[in-house]
Amino acid sequence: MGKTRKTPSIIDKPMNFCPGCGHGIIIRLICEVLEELGQDNNVIFPIGVGCSSNLGGGLVADRFHCSHGRAAAVASGMKAVSPENIIVSYQGDGDAYSIGIAETINAAYRNENITVVTVNNTNFGMTGGQMSWTTMPKQKTTTSQLGRDCDKTGYPMKFPELVASQFNIAYAARGSVHSPASINKTKSYIKKAIESQMNNEGYSVVEVMSPCPVNWNMTPVEAMDRIKNELIDYFELGEFKQREVIK
Amino acid sequence: MANIIKVRTERCKECGLCVVNCPKKAIEFEEKINQSGYRAVQVKNELCIACGVCYTMCPDGVYEI
Repeated sequence: MGKTRKTPSIIDKPMNFCPGCGHGIIIRLICEVLEELGQDNNVIFPIGVGCSSNLGGGLVADRFHCSHGRAAAVASGMKAVSPENIIVSYQGDGDAYSIGIAETINAAYRNENITVVTVNNTNFGMTGGQMSWTTMPKQKTTTSQLGRDCDKTGYPMKFPELVASQFNIAYAARGSVHSPASINKTKSYIKKAIESQMNNEGYSVVEVMSPCPVNWNMTPVEAMDRIKNELIDYFELGEFKQREVIK
Repeated sequence: MANIIKVRTERCKECGLCVVNCPKKAIEFEEKINQSGYRAVQVKNELCIACGVCYTMCPDGVYEI
């Protein structure tokens, strides 16, 4: 008899994501980690706008829907008034990087003691697949119908590398959900990020590469293959910054 | 080894990620549709080894082991 696996109780409700969407996996990983660390009744989720808003319907935990892009700023405020709570902001790439880049970067710059989980699906999913700052070169979206022209619109943004190289933060990593092995690895990244918040080390960010089959015009299995074959060559997986903790 | 795995078919959205990743090919789609209009998964219990890959890959919390 193997290990028992059960969906954590704070997320055990049906959610409205599209078939094959990676959000369901990532939310489950966060809740599993919180449950393992005994923090599942001590957490507040500042939730961004976009597909990540669907999280509100599935969660049985404290949560707050922030203005578009401002979840990191709201999270900073929550941590300031309620430092005993674990604050995990949950945002998409369009929310955290395109619209809310000022708030996301400033929270990292101030080294706020929060955890930011961003779901990178290389477009604005909920509004119909528009181009975002992480859209790949030549990728066709509804606002880049001939393929993204990076000479005019800039190159896809690598946020964890940026904050890890420039700012004094606690933890930065990028995971993916394209295979069981990568999902387990991503879970370990999220666990380290939340542990660093519990140890008051400062800002931690985990970006997770996630499929968007509907807006990529692919089947769920093809979308996972696109992550494996195309996206992780550019968005490299791994840990970019980790503090040495003196025990 | 009967019923070691619990399948909540009403949640299934027919994405097929568990079917592709199952190492024993023990998961298939059933013929009838669930209340959301998807052909839900069913597990062949005689092949299942309870490795948990389907639980790991499923975005919708269908499986419980």
